[in-house]
Amino acid sequence: MNALVFLVPAALFLGLLALALFLWTLRNRQYDDLDGAASRILFDDQPQKESRR
Amino acid sequence: MNASVGLPRAFAPGLSRAQCAHCSAELAPGQGEFCCHGCAAAHALVRGLGLSAFYARQEAVAGALRPEDLPSAVDFASLAQTEADGTLSLDLMVSGLTCGACVWLIEQALAAEPDVLRARVNLTARRLSIRWRGDAARARALAALVARLGFRIAPWSPACLRATEDEEGRQLVRALGIAAFGSMNVMLVSVAVWVGGDMGEHTRALMHWLAALFGLPTVLVAGMPFYRSAWHAIRAGRANMDLAVSLGVLATTAMSLSEAIRNGPYTWFDGATALLALLLAGRVLDRGMRRRARQAVAELLALQDGSVELRLADGSTRAVPVASVRAGDLLLVATGDRLRLDGTAGNDVLLDTSATTGESLPRRIAAGDALMAGAVNMGSAFTLRVTAAAKDGSLAALGLLIEKAEQGRGRFVSIADRAARWYVPVIHAVAAMTFLGWWLGMGLTWQAALVPAVAALIVTCPCGLAIAVPAVQVATVGALFRRGVLVASATALERLASADHVVLDKTGTLTLGHPTLIEDPALDAAALRQAASMAHGSRHPLAQALVRACPDAPALDGVEEVPGSGLMHGDSRLGSARFCGFDDAADSGMSLHLAIPGQAPVAFRFADALRPDAARVVAELQALGLTTELLSGDGAGAVEEAAVATGIGPWQARATPADKAARIEALRQQGARPLMVGDGINDAAALALAHVSASPATGTDIAQATSDLVLRGDGLSALPAAIRAARKAQLLAKQNIAFSLIYNVVAVPMAVLGLVTPLIAAVVMASSSIIVILNALRAGKEASS
Repeated sequence: MNALVFLVPAALFLGLLALALFLWTLRNRQYDDLDGAASRILFDDQPQKESRR
Repeated sequence: MNASVGLPRAFAPGLSRAQCAHCSAELAPGQGEFCCHGCAAAHALVRGLGLSAFYARQEAVAGALRPEDLPSAVDFASLAQTEADGTLSLDLMVSGLTCGACVWLIEQALAAEPDVLRARVNLTARRLSIRWRGDAARARALAALVARLGFRIAPWSPACLRATEDEEGRQLVRALGIAAFGSMNVMLVSVAVWVGGDMGEHTRALMHWLAALFGLPTVLVAGMPFYRSAWHAIRAGRANMDLAVSLGVLATTAMSLSEAIRNGPYTWFDGATALLALLLAGRVLDRGMRRRARQAVAELLALQDGSVELRLADGSTRAVPVASVRAGDLLLVATGDRLRLDGTAGNDVLLDTSATTGESLPRRIAAGDALMAGAVNMGSAFTLRVTAAAKDGSLAALGLLIEKAEQGRGRFVSIADRAARWYVPVIHAVAAMTFLGWWLGMGLTWQAALVPAVAALIVTCPCGLAIAVPAVQVATVGALFRRGVLVASATALERLASADHVVLDKTGTLTLGHPTLIEDPALDAAALRQAASMAHGSRHPLAQALVRACPDAPALDGVEEVPGSGLMHGDSRLGSARFCGFDDAADSGMSLHLAIPGQAPVAFRFADALRPDAARVVAELQALGLTTELLSGDGAGAVEEAAVATGIGPWQARATPADKAARIEALRQQGARPLMVGDGINDAAALALAHVSASPATGTDIAQATSDLVLRGDGLSALPAAIRAARKAQLLAKQNIAFSLIYNVVAVPMAVLGLVTPLIAAVVMASSSIIVILNALRAGKEASS
């Protein structure tokens, strides 16, 4: 019973954290280009442009 | 896919010989490394940028990357937008993207430009966003760079945006995320209750309330898409599948809450949330598939979207969007351009009206006569006096007609909703009788009597039924998409499966829709080669047909074009009979003559040839049990010839757009379910009226936007395959519905007798859904084979 006092809130907290992260990625429009994202991880060596922003 | 593509070309020089080193198109004997100058330039550009690794990575279809000229009429600089920080941004639609390597190539090529801050390609939406510092005039140069790599580009149109921006789809994904989170966490405590037989009363109450803590908000938020749809159905006075789902989920939640309050043995929050998650997953996939098809259609349309050359008072011209042109304005229409607006010309003009009337021969129209938007200028450039702005013109009038026709089609009820119409009342009657039976008949308290009643609702809650049809749709639409058939409407497959009659248009549908050189054994090959070399630089449709007939002819330098007459190279002339200095009474506007001093003149005759697969497709359609007929606006001779060559059966010539629509209407009155296949502006009303409609990728934008299916890729051969796939899908959907009903016959009595626990309900739901999904996957296999 004592274990539950820790484990249940911990599990729920982690779950809520994951949900918050998911909603953040959704708002960040990370699911708009799933095909592109799938191949983008294979790109290497982006040419370094000096920071102009 | 060719065997040599997987190898880096540098290591397999011998293998790459027969293919263009840039676009992988088959090379004719005698060509060097490239199929055309554009490809050679593109290859040099890619190599010069140090991006040769592209060729080892790309998976493009052979020939897809052949560079074309930038659409000259588009004013890219005016499309560039100034951002808050002073940088400029431009959005473009890029066609020809096939894989990650294309994304990589475009981004790297643009990043190599010193002033470009950011270039990002969205592979799904085919959207390229560029940001740069400096001058708006750079927009054209940046766009030209992408075009030189071999990608076709067009301004990012509002239609593209509409196809991509999908607020409802994003809400579905959000609801899915919440439902998945909620169901997993509720399951965590529910499993403890299921297996914890020795659990104390208080611990169980804690577990129930924990489940309620997560279950209630999840059901409220994630179920919104279903509640909204169910509410619409109720207000319209009918039952749909979402109503059954909503009632099942809400009743389960209410009963679970009452069980939690009285600390009963089980709550059912896990079932309610898992059901939502599963159904939402199906919705998200279904929507994603159709969004891809819509984007592909928008891409085809964007490539046709153009601006017009407005003639200003001082004689200069400026490219402006069609929508900004008013009646009375003067437009310059170049050779090969499509008329975008209605108007009149000051002199005689030669127009290809195949898209507006279906006639395959170009027509000479006298000065001052009304010219309809949609025709293509086959003669010299002329000035068009616009008689109606885009919103009042003939195309807009057609748009209204289409809208009206489509409203009639909206009455179609999908098979899932037909099933729901009688299923929903039945299950609710069963649940109500269970409740009354236990409460009044067996003397239970009303809370306890509610448990078996709601259990009946849960096991009948049409999880299998609700997912039965979407799962088949997702599998079929996805497989058809890979074959080049774009399914734009949600009920298109069902309507296609039930079509029993095909009405085909001739020009552009059964035929190629552009002039082709008539094969003539007497034709001198050397003369053809010479003529094709001269024709290389011209945009005239006949000159382009010559180049297609002899693609390996090298382009000739120093060719001068006399607009509306022909081409000159030194003393050689290629063009109309009069231009070449002799009379040809039979000149219908579909022939070219080559005159070289000291040689006999050669005549090239052209015709709108049948697609190579036309006869086979018609035979296949007939083998599928559909009756076929030909309905064309062209003259009787050409139509009869096409009808005989394809064996299509009845035919009608000289049909006006209204005739076509009337014929479809008549067929529907007779109870037939016509499939209309057409490409022209004159077919659009008939396409919209038909039970189901299809249009080839070469069709006009209006025809494609009106059609349920767009056949990307060459020819019509995908059409019979699409019908087979649709019929298979319909069969599988019916199997799935039958299966979930059988399941209910077994499960409902158990629920009514109060034997179903949440564990059993979960197993029943999950297993029926899995079986239904596995059955649906067979549709994908069928459609792609």
